[in-house]
Amino acid sequence: MVQAPKCLSIERRPIPSGRTIFTVSILAIVAALIVMAIFFAAYGVSPIRAYGAILRGALGNWSGFSETLRRMIPLLLCGVGLTVTLRALFWNIGADGQLLFGAIAATWVALFSGLHGPLVIPAMFAAGFLAGALWGLIPAVLKVKLGINDVITTLMMNYIAIYIVLYLIHGPWKGPSVRGYPLTDIFPPAAQLPTIGNTHVHWPTLLIGLVAAVVAYIMLNRMKSGFEIRVVGENPHAARYAGMSELKTVVIAMLISGGLAGIAGVGEVAGVQLRLLNPAQVSMGYGYTAIIVAWLARKNPLAVIVTSFFFGVLMAGGDVIKVNLGLPFQLINVFNGVIMFFLIGSEIFMHYKISLRRR
Amino acid sequence: MTSGSSGHGTNSNRGATPTAEYAIELRGIVKRFPGVVANDGVDLKVRRGEIHCLLGENGAGKTTLMRILYGLYRPDAGEILLNGTPIMFHSPRDALAHRIGMVHQHFRLVPTLTVEENVLLGLNEGTGPFLNLRKVRAKIKKISEDYGLPVDTRARVWQLSVGQQQRVEIIKALYRDADVLIMDEPTSVLTPQEVDQLFSTLRHLVDAGLTVIFITHKLDEVMEISDRVTVLRKGKAVATVDTADTNKAELARLMVGREVVFRLEKKPLHRGELLLEVRDIHALNDRGLPALRGVSFELYAGEILGVAGVSGNGQRELAEVLTGLRRVTRGRIVLNGKPMTNRSAREIADMQVAHIPTERKRMGTVPNMSIKENLILKSYRHPPFARGLFVDYQKAKENARRLMQEYKIIAPNEETAVKLLSGGNIQRVVLARELSGKPRLIIAAHPTYGLDVGATEQVREILLEQRDTGAGVLLISEDLEEVMTLSDRIMVMFSGEVMGIIDAAEAKIEEIGLMMAGEKREGVQSGTSAKVS
Repeated sequence: MVQAPKCLSIERRPIPSGRTIFTVSILAIVAALIVMAIFFAAYGVSPIRAYGAILRGALGNWSGFSETLRRMIPLLLCGVGLTVTLRALFWNIGADGQLLFGAIAATWVALFSGLHGPLVIPAMFAAGFLAGALWGLIPAVLKVKLGINDVITTLMMNYIAIYIVLYLIHGPWKGPSVRGYPLTDIFPPAAQLPTIGNTHVHWPTLLIGLVAAVVAYIMLNRMKSGFEIRVVGENPHAARYAGMSELKTVVIAMLISGGLAGIAGVGEVAGVQLRLLNPAQVSMGYGYTAIIVAWLARKNPLAVIVTSFFFGVLMAGGDVIKVNLGLPFQLINVFNGVIMFFLIGSEIFMHYKISLRRR
Repeated sequence: MTSGSSGHGTNSNRGATPTAEYAIELRGIVKRFPGVVANDGVDLKVRRGEIHCLLGENGAGKTTLMRILYGLYRPDAGEILLNGTPIMFHSPRDALAHRIGMVHQHFRLVPTLTVEENVLLGLNEGTGPFLNLRKVRAKIKKISEDYGLPVDTRARVWQLSVGQQQRVEIIKALYRDADVLIMDEPTSVLTPQEVDQLFSTLRHLVDAGLTVIFITHKLDEVMEISDRVTVLRKGKAVATVDTADTNKAELARLMVGREVVFRLEKKPLHRGELLLEVRDIHALNDRGLPALRGVSFELYAGEILGVAGVSGNGQRELAEVLTGLRRVTRGRIVLNGKPMTNRSAREIADMQVAHIPTERKRMGTVPNMSIKENLILKSYRHPPFARGLFVDYQKAKENARRLMQEYKIIAPNEETAVKLLSGGNIQRVVLARELSGKPRLIIAAHPTYGLDVGATEQVREILLEQRDTGAGVLLISEDLEEVMTLSDRIMVMFSGEVMGIIDAAEAKIEEIGLMMAGEKREGVQSGTSAKVS
C-alpha cells in the first residue's frame, strides 16, 4: 500500500494560549536571527562570530552590560507607554517626538529656569513628563474630535519636534561656551542625573521605567481607567454604548504614553549627553524601536521589561560590531526591521494551527 | 492502494453516474474546539435529490458540521462519503471540485465588483491573462434561466438587495457545477417575499437533480421546504425523520430536548404611572437625513409598547435617541418627570434605562473580553464593582457566576471570551447585564433576532417578567408575531413617523400591515401626540 503524501493543513484557533504566543514570538526572533546571519555573511563576517561579538560585547563584561542598560532605559519607558496606547487602539508612532519634547523641557529647567539645588531633578522629570504628554495630546484630540488618522499625525509631529530642537540648538539656546557648535551648554551639576559608578546608567530613570511598567500593568488589569482603555481598544462601539468617553480614554492613554516618552527624553539629556544636541544623538530612534519592543511584549507592560532589555542588547551589540568587526551600526536597524517583519508575519501562526497531515 | 478508494485530487466523481443511495454520508464526525465539543460523533445521511434540513439551536454544531463537509474545518475523527466513496476535503476548492457548493450565512462577495466578476472569482476562464466574459455571461444566463434565478450580470454587487446577492451566491455555486448545495441559514436575512422566491428556486434545483442541505433553526421552514430533517442537539445528531411523518412540536422537542410551550403566559396588564413621555422628537440618521419626524408617544410602567414597522423607518434611530446614542434636533423626552433629552448614554444608563441593542456582537458586547468583564461593562463605575480607582474583579467574578446560573449562560466558566459563545448565549450575557440592575425602562431592539427556539422563548419570558414587576418595555421588532404576542399596545412606524398606536388585544394584522405601508390611522396627525385610548 502506497502512503498518501503529506500535506499542510491550516485551521483557525479561536484564542491563542499564552504558551502559543510565547513560542511563536521566540520562533519569530529565531527566524530573524537566521535572516540576519545572511547579512553578516554577505559582509564577509561569520554569523557565529558576529553574534558571539554582540553577546560578549553587550553582556560579557560590566561596561558592555552597562551600555545595554543605558539603551534599555528609553526603550523601557517608551515601550511601556506604547503598550497602553496599543491597548486603546491608538497608534502612537510619535514616541520619538514626545521624547524630544521631554528633552527640551528638561533642558529648559536645567539651563533657563533659574532653579537650583535638589529640586532641579524632580522638576526636570515633571516638566519632561508634561511636555511629552502635551505633545502627544494634540494627535489624540485630533483623532477623537475630528477623525484625523493617528498614524499620520503622530509620525509627522516627530519631524516638527526634530526641527524645533534644531532651531533651539542653532538659535536661542546655542551655548556661549561651545564655540559656535549647535549645542547647548553642559547642564550644571545639580541638573545631572546620578549614574551607577562610572557608567551611563542613570538609575533614577531606570527606576521610573520599572515602576511605570508595574503601575501600567496594574492600571490596565485592575483599574477602572484600564478597563475603559481595553474596552475602547477592543470595541469602540461597545464603549460608546456603555457610555464610556472615547476622548477621555484616549487622552489618558496618550498622557501616559507621551509622558513616559518625555521622561525618557529627560534621561537622555540629563543622564547621558548632559546637554541638548542634535536630535539624532538624543534619540537614536528609540521611539520607533519601542514600537517593536511593545509589540514583541504583546502589549503587556511587564513583558516590556524583558523585551526592552533584549533590544538594549542588540543596540549595545551594534556598537560592538561597528568597533570590533568594522560593520556599520545601521545593521542593527536592519535587524530591527527584520524582527518586526517576522513578528507581524508570525501573527498568523498565533491564530491558525498549521500541521502536516496525511491525506 | 486499491483504485477508487480515494478520489481526492482528481475529478473521478465528476460526471460519473452515482449508484450509491446517499449523495453525502457523514459517519461519526467529531470536532473539538478549545473548551467545546462542536460535533460529537455525528452521523448524517443525505439522499440524492432531496432537500435535507439540518435543524438545531444555535451552538448545536450545524454550521461546524457543514464547514467540515465543505473542507473549511478538519474533523478530529469520522469519515465523509461522497456517493459511497470515502473522501476528505482539504479546502473549499477541493469540495467544489467534487461538486459541493456552499452559500454562507454572511455572503462572500466583493461589493465593488460586478455580478459576473464575482462569479468568476478564483476561476480561470479565458485565454492567458484575458477573460472570456462573453462565455461567462452566456453560462450565467443559462443558469439563471434554467433555475429561475434572474439577475443583472453587469450590476455591481453593492447595488443589489440582500435577496439578489444570495442569488449571486447560488449562481456562483452552480457555475462551478455544484450538485450538492449547502445553504447556511439562508432565510435569516430575507423578507417574507424573498423567502418564497428562494424556496421556489430550491425546488427548481432538486427537480433538476441537485441535492440541497438546508441549515436552519426555524421549524416553519423545515415543515415547508424539506423532504427529510436531521436534528442536532449539543453536537449530536438526535434524530433523522421524514418531514411528512413529523410535526413542529416533535421537532421542537427533539431540538430543545424538552417540551416547548409555544403559548406564552401573559398576565393581565397592570398599567402603572406614566414612565416615559416622548414629545414631537426629530432626529437625523447617519447620513444627515431626517430619520425621526415628529414622533410622540407615552409609555407606562408595567406595559410593553411594541414598535412595528418595516426596517429602516426610524426604529433604530428611535432606540438610539432614547438611549443617548443619538441627539434629537427637536422635541423632548421625559423619564419619570425628569428631562432626559440629549443626555449622554452614561447619564441615561444611570437613570435605570436598560438597552438591549440590535447588534449584540458589534455593540452589545466586547467579543474578545470575558463574560465576567462583559457583565460589568456599565456597572464597573459603581459599587460593589468599583472600589476607588480600582475594579473589584473578585466581586465581578461572583457576579458573573451568579448571573450565569440565573440566566442559564452556557460556557466553560466566567473567564470564557464572549466571542466563543453562541448567539443565544451572547444575548443572555447582554440580558443578564442589562436587566440585573433592576431597570425601570427597557429599550429592547430585536431581542430575539437570530436566536433559536429555546433562547427566544427565554428572552420573551424575561421581558414579560420585567413587565410584570413594573418595568416599562419598548419592544422594537421586525417579527410581527412577536410584537403582537408580547405587546400591550402596538405603535407602527413609517418613514420616521408614528402611523398609529393601537391596543394589542384589538389589533388586526391587516390593519398593522396597512400602517406599515404608510397609511395613517384615523385621528393621527404628524407631529401631534398619539394618546392612550
